Amino acid sequence: MSLLDVRDLSVVFQRRGERPFTAVDKVSFTVEPGQTVGLVGESGCGKSVTSLAIMGLLPKRGNKVTGEVLFEGTDLLRLRPDDLRDRRGREISMIFQDPLSSLNPVIPIGIQVAEVLERHQGRDRKQALRESRDLLDAVGIPDPQRRLSEYPHQISGGMRQRALIAIALACKPRLLIADEPTTALDVTIQAQILTLLKQLVDETGTALVMITHDLGVVAGLCDTVNVLYGGKVVERAPRHELFAHARHPYTHGLLNSVPRLDSPRGERLHAIRGSVADNIPWAEGCAFAPRCDNVVDACLEGPPPLEPTAGGGDLRCNNPVSEEVAVR
Amino acid sequence: MLRVIVRRLLQLVVTLMALSALIFIWLRNLPGGPVEALLGERATPERRALLTKALGYDQPILVQYGKFMQRVLTGDFGNSIRTGDPVTEVISRAFPATIELALAAMIIAVGLGVPLGYLAARWRGRALDNLTIAGTLLGISIPIFFLGYLLKDVFTQNIHWFPPSGRLTTGLDNTNVTGFFVLDGLLTREFDASADALWHLILPAVTLATIPLAVIVRITRASVLDVLNEDYVRTAEAKGLRHRTIRGRHILRNALLPVVTTIGLQTGALLSGAVLTEKVYNWGGLGTLITDSISGGRDYPVLQAIILLAALVFVVVNLLVDLSYAFIDPRVRVR
Repeated sequence: MSLLDVRDLSVVFQRRGERPFTAVDKVSFTVEPGQTVGLVGESGCGKSVTSLAIMGLLPKRGNKVTGEVLFEGTDLLRLRPDDLRDRRGREISMIFQDPLSSLNPVIPIGIQVAEVLERHQGRDRKQALRESRDLLDAVGIPDPQRRLSEYPHQISGGMRQRALIAIALACKPRLLIADEPTTALDVTIQAQILTLLKQLVDETGTALVMITHDLGVVAGLCDTVNVLYGGKVVERAPRHELFAHARHPYTHGLLNSVPRLDSPRGERLHAIRGSVADNIPWAEGCAFAPRCDNVVDACLEGPPPLEPTAGGGDLRCNNPVSEEVAVR
Repeated sequence: MLRVIVRRLLQLVVTLMALSALIFIWLRNLPGGPVEALLGERATPERRALLTKALGYDQPILVQYGKFMQRVLTGDFGNSIRTGDPVTEVISRAFPATIELALAAMIIAVGLGVPLGYLAARWRGRALDNLTIAGTLLGISIPIFFLGYLLKDVFTQNIHWFPPSGRLTTGLDNTNVTGFFVLDGLLTREFDASADALWHLILPAVTLATIPLAVIVRITRASVLDVLNEDYVRTAEAKGLRHRTIRGRHILRNALLPVVTTIGLQTGALLSGAVLTEKVYNWGGLGTLITDSISGGRDYPVLQAIILLAALVFVVVNLLVDLSYAFIDPRVRVR
């Protein structure tokens, strides 16, 4: 049994008087224990909404979540809110994009770590604070004893994200969802945080769902990668397979748009034309068709199905990039 | 922190000095005056001149102000023209009554306003929220004297739930310790006096509380709505914390910052509202004293002292609010 088995997860946002908007469209993927899985795509492709839906953190009103999110066989979407609350922070944790706004500005760091231990491990305040100090130490925060009584605005951005990681891993969860954990950080700090995450999940055997738009992050961390476009998985492949032979024109475009230091001087950067707003509804065809270089007539007649590939992944494309065409 | 307090206290002194000059000039320029009030309209010019001289009102206004300030600095506010009693004595009798009323109103406004505002935000767009918005609009719009007489009419004439006026039932004896009758009863173990004072307090306090209540509900609602969208609330949810932890520690603690500021600013509304409320319920506090002092012949010494005292209360409350801000929000402390 997979640790996490997401089946046909859909999220439809519906506001009164507005047309419903399908942010996540029958997304399925699995995470095995200890595995690191990437969800990759541009802003607005549905990756964050997917993670919030798994955690049950979407607003209570204005959206409809369907499908199944099986965590060790239990469907989280059908769990009573209090039961889900018992699991959040203990079995499944999440870290977020902006570490400053994700920490409460008026509460000392120590309490913010300790409260998870108090809630899920039944520790008293004193014991919880002692363990919090060790946790801060474990995520590489210098002088952890002093940090306990400091406030988020008093420490650096990198330390804040480390503190959030300490909070997320405090109860040794089996699954950690990281939603663009390095986007708000300096490049030098990004690498440190990623190294830390990798080291911690390796040590504890925690499975990691890494949500990112940064292919460099994927290359360094993920075992399997799911590429999302317009709320659907368009390509899924093991990391090496994906980087060597991206088949979907969108994935191919993403990989080609990464600037390279060894490219000839003066060469123009490659970009995928158009923007994510140019997509068409999946009901009418492939959402990526308006931006695709490989578009054929079939693309506008209906959405292509997600089909297994010879390389061990899945692909949703009528006219994929040939396997021989390597990424530049 | 200490430097901030000292600086604010110095500002306070300057504010009060400026204000005292303004009040002095303003009062002296009001039509009518103590002389007319004491002697009546048909007094001869000679008698008027005599009394004006006796009271010292014939001197240049700057000289009058100088003498006034000189005495004030020694704690002497003069004697009431109307009754002849020392002003400090007159005011110290009335002051606790007003403070008791204002405190009771604030307790009602905060105690009811914060939970209501929170619930309205939590159930935004539902029946309770709409009801709250309509109710606060009414609360802000309704004039205090109108509401006062309305409540008085309904609850003391039609249904006899509350006494119509005063602070204690006539004939009931209470020992005066602090001047706060509810508290005095508790201190001296005269619990019947305490209960009676509380019974008298409820209607005026409710009347006076309406405007601050409406404002606090609105501010709390808006503030909670802001905080609900904050990332750290999502983090708290992701931690699986209990509802009440999230509510108390993560939502309210942050949402109350603007509410605390509002409480300070509402002190002004409370003081001016007290004048009307006390008139309606014949409360016998500063409000009653101020109306009596104006209509009873421009009792300059009493009026000057009351207005200065009101200003002092307002500034001190807001100083306390600013200081409490530093305790609630650590980001203020460092700056």
